[in-house]
Amino acid sequence: MSATETHDPNRRDFLYVATGMAAVVGAGAVAWPFIDQMRPDASTLALASVEVDVSSLTPGSSLIVKWRGKPVVVRNRTEQEMKDGEAVNLADLKDPIARNANLPADAPATDANRTTPGKEAWMVMVQVCTHLGCIPLGQEGDFGGWFCPCHGSVYDTAGRIRKGPAPENMAVPVFKFISDTKILIG
Amino acid sequence: MKKILTSLALLGLVVAGTWMTSAGAIAEEAHNAAAPTHFPIDEPKEMSWSFAGPFGTYDKAQLQRGLKVYKEVCSACHSMNLVAFRTLEGLGYSEAQVKTLAAEYTIHDGPNDAGDMFDRPGKPSDHFPAPFPNEQAAASANGGAAPPDMSLLAKARGVERGFPRFVFDIFTQYAQGGPDYIHSLLTGYDQTPPAGMVIPEGTHYNPYFLSGVSLKMPKPLSDGQVTYDDGSPQTVDQYSRDVSAFLMWAAEPHLEDRKKTGFRVLVFLALFGALVYMTKRKVWADVAH
Amino acid sequence: MSEGHSTYTPKTGIGRWFDARMPLPRLVYDSFVAYPVPRNLNYMWTFGGILSIMLASQILTGIVLAMHYTSDTTLAFDSVEKIMRDVNSGWLLRYLHSNGASFFFVAVYIHIFRGLYYGSYKAPRELLWILGCIIYLLMMATGFMGYVLPWGQMSFWGATVITGFFSAIPLVGSWIQELLLGGFAVDNPTLNRFFALHYLLPFMIAGVVVLHIWALHVVGQSNPTGIEVKSKTDTVAFTPYATIKDAFGMLVFLFVFAYFVFYLPNFLGHPDNYTVANPLKTPAHIVPEWYFLPFYAILRAITFNIGPINSKLGGVLCMFGAIAMLFLVPWLDTSKVRSAVYRPWYKLFFWLFAADAVLLGWLGSQPAEGSYVFMAQMATLFYFAFFLVALPVLGLIETPRRLPNSITEAVLEKNKGGAGHPAGANAAPETKG
Repeated sequence: MSATETHDPNRRDFLYVATGMAAVVGAGAVAWPFIDQMRPDASTLALASVEVDVSSLTPGSSLIVKWRGKPVVVRNRTEQEMKDGEAVNLADLKDPIARNANLPADAPATDANRTTPGKEAWMVMVQVCTHLGCIPLGQEGDFGGWFCPCHGSVYDTAGRIRKGPAPENMAVPVFKFISDTKILIG
Repeated sequence: MKKILTSLALLGLVVAGTWMTSAGAIAEEAHNAAAPTHFPIDEPKEMSWSFAGPFGTYDKAQLQRGLKVYKEVCSACHSMNLVAFRTLEGLGYSEAQVKTLAAEYTIHDGPNDAGDMFDRPGKPSDHFPAPFPNEQAAASANGGAAPPDMSLLAKARGVERGFPRFVFDIFTQYAQGGPDYIHSLLTGYDQTPPAGMVIPEGTHYNPYFLSGVSLKMPKPLSDGQVTYDDGSPQTVDQYSRDVSAFLMWAAEPHLEDRKKTGFRVLVFLALFGALVYMTKRKVWADVAH
Repeated sequence: MSEGHSTYTPKTGIGRWFDARMPLPRLVYDSFVAYPVPRNLNYMWTFGGILSIMLASQILTGIVLAMHYTSDTTLAFDSVEKIMRDVNSGWLLRYLHSNGASFFFVAVYIHIFRGLYYGSYKAPRELLWILGCIIYLLMMATGFMGYVLPWGQMSFWGATVITGFFSAIPLVGSWIQELLLGGFAVDNPTLNRFFALHYLLPFMIAGVVVLHIWALHVVGQSNPTGIEVKSKTDTVAFTPYATIKDAFGMLVFLFVFAYFVFYLPNFLGHPDNYTVANPLKTPAHIVPEWYFLPFYAILRAITFNIGPINSKLGGVLCMFGAIAMLFLVPWLDTSKVRSAVYRPWYKLFFWLFAADAVLLGWLGSQPAEGSYVFMAQMATLFYFAFFLVALPVLGLIETPRRLPNSITEAVLEKNKGGAGHPAGANAAPETKG
């Protein structure tokens, strides 16, 4: 800088600091839309809700429907499967949280909390293993529930993880019965 | 030598000037009223729109009336494929109202698990369904010309403003060529063509039409056709303004956001620019340049 | 000037570690911090920096748009509308990119005209100029292909017209045209390859820009007097002097750019491009984007056959010839004096040329009928006359004004009557060597 600088150096610094700060704010404001555009867009967020007609499902049968790109299993459980699910002691569960999007995040994983009141026979779950994302096979494994062939995770009749590397119970999505034979997922 | 160059340069300037001014006159042409060659015959009327200018916003009540006009009149022939029902919250409707509105429509969907196509009520994520299954059906039902989709119509129409108006438009931010055109077209029917003009059979004379003396669409609006709940006049002029504004929204739903953000950006750039300029002056203060 | 030794001395441990292994910070320091620039550069010299940030902006906005765009003819138009309506900030990114292309050309035309006015193309900067012409060609190709991507009416018909040029070439024309199109008309293969190439070319531009800046740094900037740097007092260090001046120039440019993006985003475009492409319906007036209009006017001006060359081929040759003229400028101009500041006759013809370029642009937007045709022919004649007659002849017969002996002398002369700045020699500008 020139040796003939006469005015207060603090005044000069303030200008440089103010300009520098404005530049940083500007750069941040410019960068934001570039990052924001990668988040899901409005049409994706506009929910696909799926309506499922379950009138054809007799006890012991399931159907799979695609929801938000993932398979959701709707199963009309047998009496035995329901009893087995209710009989489980919560202390034996690897994951004691219900993982039910219709309930608070800390609800315990009782069989009732894995279904919906008045329709306890019905399991509605995202049939994706919580380990690394494979699709477990239904009515397989030691507990009569689901078995994931990829790394051996075993789920019970309420879709709760019992054995194997998966950390969480299979997720129950937002759903409700909009009539006796129709379920709205999402 | 200098004289030669001077006179050549002057000659060049004079000739250029003459051409520029004469071009304007020659371009006008002797206006043969019965057989015009340039369209539209009449320029669109410049209206004042609530969304014009740097602080323009949509009049939501007007948009809702415009939607009603679209639904009850235009949608019989014109699709609006790119507009989803969920975006109608921008007109001031609640989520529940949008759900109800969507459910009034029948959407053709499928195939189901049996492999069949089926009909179902609309959901907010659906787009406005088209009145015809495809372009060919639309054309065939309308005398050979398919009614254009309306999603972008307000941006797809505009009349050249010419010099020097297009320069002034930069400063007045005139971006309403589309709505002005649509409004003029809708209210431009019922005029008598000049003597000697040939109007082809099955078409309708409209001096505001962009592509010729007449168009296939008959006058779509008449007084009292649509009932307004808010007491606005139920006239062709009002319907036309409202539907033109609605079509502008359909084409540019983010207009308000754009202008609002623009104001903040320009203020920031002005302030930041002033800071940088002061810094530049300071840096260069003791350097001869 | 460029052979001086580097004065970079890393101040930190990491700086020394890096410098011993790869002299990249050294290169950046030598090129953009210590690098000497003439002290008398005016704001016309900020457009190189402006062009650099516009290139960066187009690449960044282009990449994020490509995350959402689909280049199939049945999906392209709707994918752009999805960006406009559904993608977060999509409307902003799209308008930044479409208006960014226009402003990229605004900047490049000012940059080119600066070069023509100040004789920046003259020895030893001929290669620098040629590299710039190559960048301009690449920009035109990129802009043309980019405009096709939204698949509107103008996209399609503009592509049809431009690819139609190649059929004018005798013997091999149709073969070349079908090769470019991937078919017999503009269709899906054309759109797909244009997307691939449109993504590729900007990186080629960036590469040539690196060569362009390298060629510049070897010979150093010219300056408004056109007199080469002779001593340390002629120059100042790039940082902070040129850096802060470039920054201000960029901000003024960005202000105008932002004004269009936010308030007039469709002003420079054409409404017909908001109608989806229809191969069976030609728009009333096919017009390219504004930055191609002068060349479009020249193309359409040739309405007559010249011997064996039919008017279509003649138009194509004249259009490409008009661009080729730029490449020849360093050798067409015979003047010993660089800058138009000291060349009164050249200055006059420069401004006539600038007016002619604007006139050609306006003519390109009008229908090719009536008196417009003759005007376009005269304007085309003047365009070529400027390069082929004015540039060579003026240099030989013109009497230039008295040149100052150095940049320092010019600056001191200018400041003598002005406000009391301390004499420039007191300042201690840093130079490379």
